[in-house]
Amino acid sequence: MNALIETLRTQWAAERARAAFLALADGAVFHGVAFGAQTDALGEAVFNTGMSGYQEILTDPSYAGQFVVLTAPEVGNYGCNSTDAESRALFLSGLIVTNRNAPSNFRSEESLEAYLRRAGRPGLYGVDTRALTLHLRDHGAQKAYLHVSPEPMREAEAIAKAQAWEGLDGQDYAARVTAPEAYVWNEKGRFAVTVYDFGVKRNILRCLAEAGCRVTVVPAKTPAEEVLAGKPDGVFLSNGPADPSAVTYAQENVRKLLAAKVPLMGICLGHQLLGLACGATCSRLPFGHHGCNHPVKNLLDGTVAITSQNHNYALSNLPDCLELTHVNLNDGTVEGIRHRTLPACSVQFHPEAAPGPTETRAWFKTFLSLMEQNAQ
Amino acid sequence: MPKRTDIRKILLIGSGPIVIGQGCEFDYSGTQACKALRANGYEVVLVNSNPATIMTDPATAERTYVEPMPPESLEAIIARERPQALLPTLGGQTALNLSMELYRRGILGKYGVEMIGANAASIDRAEDRQKFKEAMLAIGLDVPRSGSAHTMDEARAIAGTIGTWPLIIRPGFTLGGTGGGIANNAEEFERIARGGLDASPTSEILIEESLLGWKEYEMEVVCDRKGNAVIVCSIENLDPMGVHTGDSITVAPIQTLTDAEYQAMRTDSFAVMRAIGIATGGSNVQWAVNPKTGRRIIIEMNPRVSRSSALASKATGFPIAKIAALLAVGFTLDELKNDITGTTPASFEPALDYIVVKAPRFTFEKFHGTSDTLGTQMKSVGEAMAIGRTFKEAFQKALRSLEIGRFGFGADGKDAPSEALDDQALAAAVARPTAERIFHLHEALRRGWTVDRLYALTAIDPYFLRHLQELALFEDEIAALGSVSALATHPELLRQAKAFGFSDRQIATLLDSTEAAVTSARRALAITPTYGLVDTCAGEFAAQTPYYYGTYGLVDSRQSTVNRAGAEKAAATHGGESLSVAERELSTVDCSLSTRSGAARPAVLIIGGGPNRIGQGIEFDYCCCQAAYALREAGYRVVMANSNPETVSTDYDTSDALYFEPLTLEDLVQVYEREHCIGAIVQFGGQTPLNLAQGLKAAGVHILGTSPDDIDLAEDRDAFKRLAERIGIRQPESGIAHSVEDALEIASRIGYPVLVRPSFVLGGRGMVIVHREEDLAELARQAVAIAEGKPILIDRFLENAIELDVDSVSDGQGTTLIGAILEHVEPAGVHSGDAACVTPPISLSPSVLERIRGYARAFADGLHVCGLMNLQIAVKGEEIYMIEVNPRGSRTVPFVSKAIGVSLAAVASRVMLGQSLAQAGFTHEVSLPYYAAKEAVFPFARFPGATIALSPEMKSTGEVMGLADTYGLAYLKSQSAAGTHLPPPGSTVFLSLCDADKPAGIEAAKRLAALGYALTATCGTATALWQHGLRPNAVFRVSEGHPNPLDLIRAKQVHWIVNTAGPGADHVGDGLKIRAEAILHGLPITTVLEGFTAAVEGLGERLQTNTLPVATLQERHAQLER
Repeated sequence: MNALIETLRTQWAAERARAAFLALADGAVFHGVAFGAQTDALGEAVFNTGMSGYQEILTDPSYAGQFVVLTAPEVGNYGCNSTDAESRALFLSGLIVTNRNAPSNFRSEESLEAYLRRAGRPGLYGVDTRALTLHLRDHGAQKAYLHVSPEPMREAEAIAKAQAWEGLDGQDYAARVTAPEAYVWNEKGRFAVTVYDFGVKRNILRCLAEAGCRVTVVPAKTPAEEVLAGKPDGVFLSNGPADPSAVTYAQENVRKLLAAKVPLMGICLGHQLLGLACGATCSRLPFGHHGCNHPVKNLLDGTVAITSQNHNYALSNLPDCLELTHVNLNDGTVEGIRHRTLPACSVQFHPEAAPGPTETRAWFKTFLSLMEQNAQ
Repeated sequence: MPKRTDIRKILLIGSGPIVIGQGCEFDYSGTQACKALRANGYEVVLVNSNPATIMTDPATAERTYVEPMPPESLEAIIARERPQALLPTLGGQTALNLSMELYRRGILGKYGVEMIGANAASIDRAEDRQKFKEAMLAIGLDVPRSGSAHTMDEARAIAGTIGTWPLIIRPGFTLGGTGGGIANNAEEFERIARGGLDASPTSEILIEESLLGWKEYEMEVVCDRKGNAVIVCSIENLDPMGVHTGDSITVAPIQTLTDAEYQAMRTDSFAVMRAIGIATGGSNVQWAVNPKTGRRIIIEMNPRVSRSSALASKATGFPIAKIAALLAVGFTLDELKNDITGTTPASFEPALDYIVVKAPRFTFEKFHGTSDTLGTQMKSVGEAMAIGRTFKEAFQKALRSLEIGRFGFGADGKDAPSEALDDQALAAAVARPTAERIFHLHEALRRGWTVDRLYALTAIDPYFLRHLQELALFEDEIAALGSVSALATHPELLRQAKAFGFSDRQIATLLDSTEAAVTSARRALAITPTYGLVDTCAGEFAAQTPYYYGTYGLVDSRQSTVNRAGAEKAAATHGGESLSVAERELSTVDCSLSTRSGAARPAVLIIGGGPNRIGQGIEFDYCCCQAAYALREAGYRVVMANSNPETVSTDYDTSDALYFEPLTLEDLVQVYEREHCIGAIVQFGGQTPLNLAQGLKAAGVHILGTSPDDIDLAEDRDAFKRLAERIGIRQPESGIAHSVEDALEIASRIGYPVLVRPSFVLGGRGMVIVHREEDLAELARQAVAIAEGKPILIDRFLENAIELDVDSVSDGQGTTLIGAILEHVEPAGVHSGDAACVTPPISLSPSVLERIRGYARAFADGLHVCGLMNLQIAVKGEEIYMIEVNPRGSRTVPFVSKAIGVSLAAVASRVMLGQSLAQAGFTHEVSLPYYAAKEAVFPFARFPGATIALSPEMKSTGEVMGLADTYGLAYLKSQSAAGTHLPPPGSTVFLSLCDADKPAGIEAAKRLAALGYALTATCGTATALWQHGLRPNAVFRVSEGHPNPLDLIRAKQVHWIVNTAGPGADHVGDGLKIRAEAILHGLPITTVLEGFTAAVEGLGERLQTNTLPVATLQERHAQLER
């Protein structure tokens, strides 16, 4: 008990001192307490409004280069485990929360704090994440510098570092997170599917396998010719981080795949790449969509689904060859497209969920029917 | 067209009187539904017997029936109105059961009424335990091992098959699980199973394996006709399985499930809705999760809006009832807007960036002799909800919102009862779920007990226990400062304590100082709350609706500089009220602008009633809402503060700004200042705001209407006595005792019987009539304890006097008008909240009535009343005695308002802001061409073992109204509405009358016999009846042999129990056993002579006309002279 009281007293003192901080490029500074790895980091601050699923968020490669601000106030409650990880590592810049907790769940293997530390990622807690979220909402996603190391640093210096950082626009982060080598995810299944890994979430691979695909994953820069040589029944364009316009090689590959009329399907970054390859524009949203409660209307059947989302860029100005299939009911942005003549379709949201609602998982079947039709 | 055009008129059934398990949350849902349906062009026919509701305000629906709700009465209304549709899902279990009954009797079919929202087949599938289980197994869900029984033999067989203890017993089709329980052995099983079979209207019980200690969850689901579905809110219970969710401390959103577990539960909740076949609307699905294995079991689903949906609506800002009503008429979720953002659709799931904690409010002290262990049967009478940025903050706010004298999680100077327990007793107190358990837990944590040890004792999830532990241990951190003056040099520690939810009172206790000193030190450091918005979207979109909660969150000075700069910039460009809701949120200083701008409306703070309890409930919420509507109309900006999630007052569109806050001095002063109010109204929220009035005044709050000093004067015995003498009205002789000896001396001087009570009471707590010296000595000892050293008041008790309630309104400019004079049916001595009453009075002479009006005017002048006043008066012959004057809104205000067609609270709120009565539109006392009778309903069935008798101590939870052209019929309607369904001629009436009641009682019995009733009586009464030519069956007294009344009740050979007790009779004899048995078997009971005679009069009249005619409130009011 005395040891516990000592620990708590140290913790309370740190919570009063609030020595660590997140400095935004526009000069706003948010103080808190360091947790996880004690290394400073640069990144873009975005907020996520999901109320559960922090481990899936931490391990989603799409967050590479970003600080994720969680609006859910109590985090870490159920710990971390080896099955909920969505990739081989944590690619995000850092995690910003209101309060962090010790775990209480039979599935937990490790506390959030230990998980971050082991992954070498910094965290900041004791931040009023609502104030920070409102700031990002009103001023847009921001370049930021997280200071958590024990060495003192002036706020102005941190702000300057944030301003000097190159940011995410025009950066190819897919290349940083993609698998170094091609690998086979599962060997059995009706259709052979090759997945371009721009930062793929494992649950996409699981969903494809469950739908009856044998899945091979290839690195982001694998030439289309090489993929087509394997004679896949379909090619899948994965989700991934940062700016789709910077991944020019992938756009080029997509055009080749379209020309080869191989069934194509994409999620998130994969969706943006399909759109760009067909001639749509892709631009930045003010603060993106990051959460688990976005209503998306399926224009093909009129149903509305609550979806999991994580993107900063969105397609617009669809060319005639693309049909709008899904639309976001909050802001009317493009959520899904399909090609009018070629076997290709994609969605901006995450039907594989993890985290988030699972009701759009049936969308993977669309891919199966594309491949079935193509086989006939 | 999205909405249905084949329906024009919709029948909505309300939930009737407030009872445990069915509170004012259904007034909230029904009111929302009425508003939404009318706004979309539908005509709403509303039936609700409860006059205290806002939904029965004649402006809420087109056609409002304040009528009893048995199927016969509903059929008469349907025949009269011919609605095309019935919406059964918004009036709680009562409406659902009644709708099913109408369906089963073929009434809906006969009149071509379509059930919308949920159909009979799906309701049946959800409510019938066996069908539900089969449906759940069919979709692959796990259910507890269980079986359903209709007889004790079947029940024993099922218990044998399951083969383990404990077993849970739940009766079918009852409210909040009435009559259920947990059986730990065969003996308990026999008793509980038998009680459950009796309590269930279908004689059906479910027996199932125990899930005690499992984690308990609720999912609030809304779906539309296209199959789109959303989870509005997920709730985790702090108290694990074994305590009814209504009695549990609950938390939103879910805290301890991984996303994978949560999403699986979410998906399955939708599957449950679809399997049950719910077409549209809101439902809740309850789950249990094994904390060791994650095995998840479906517990039940409610195919209707519920108490949890009201909580979910307030917790998230998503108006479930409103949306459910619109979905029922054909809209789909994507066609409806989210009111809070105004831009995004209703087809979304609210994201919370705060924590919500609900805490139940209990009233065990009212029901002596009953067990206070919490179980599967709901016993709480109300609840408070609190919102904070962290669990700790929300949890402490919730506890201080309960208004039970606690100011947070202990450390408030009230910990002595827990501190007094030795370790063994404390361990037992922690392990047994009770109302106080949470405070025992605090003591255990203070003693350094570990989370592991407490988890083993309580099965409360370690996640919660760790937060509680941190709070308990943090007390030492505060106490270490030593004194209030040290706060000045440790502002960050104070800020941290506030962020942990510690109230100024707790900090004062820890620093051995006063709340005022801490508050002043805190304010000197500029440490004040910021206000977060309940915006449904965690800040993603700008919100339009000003629904706030106070928090000390985590904003430090540097961050708030950024925010304040933003606010000031916004202020410079906008100014005053044009400041957006989002901008108002940013800091504590931004609202100062609203007073500077000339165009801004002056703001008025209305303080609500807090959690429901016996003696303070929906009636006060009615007053607060009426005031809000009236003042908004009069051009004021209405700021509402309340902590009760069941209420209409906490609907975001009742006021201009809603603050969901604990109703304590600390919290309210902050709101008042932030909104720059010109005044606060304390008259309408019951005792809660009144108790704060002096403190608020001292803190600079301007109290509107009658001044706190005058309110206090009415409570001050001596001052009041002088005023009464000056006015020239009698008061019962009285004295003030400071000791047992004083009490005995006073009683012998003024003569027995005497009325004994502590000062400052609400709901009559501690009040009792005493006939003998030895009883007085004992009671005085107890009263001293309850009143905490305050004196005991002893009054001469006026036997057989007529008691009156008089509600009046005064404009402070010399005019006082009577709202109504209500005559109690029971003789003086029954608490006015429990008494049946009628207006206009039936037994007073015009001269007495005129004198009463004069006294009312004199008291209003003497107390400088501006607003409402309630007088309690006793009349004996031509003598008038003043018992009590309360210069504030009373419990009878809504009843009177519905009777006279004038909203007294609306009028009062206008006069408080300076209008005369004439300007407020109230020019003369209304004379009624019909009778309005009020009856109370009691929760005795919930508290086995408690004394079943009316007394000066209030015990009722709710009330009903009967309106008719004669007194007898109005009274009969009120009885029917209260669930006392008097049997038809040909039935047998059991009579047991005390000697004093025999002369009048025998006359009534003669009439009954003439109407065709058979009579049965105990020996004494039977003899008296024989002497008057009646020929009753005679039975033995309970103690004297068989057959006795209990045998008759069990054999269902009697159909109405009339059992009156004489003055001074103790309540431990036969009468009590008879009443308890009658309640167990659901028989109507009449316990006072006056009720018996009134009922007989009504029965006679009903036979003459052969009907109980129904009429709308609007039709009744049209009869009134304007």
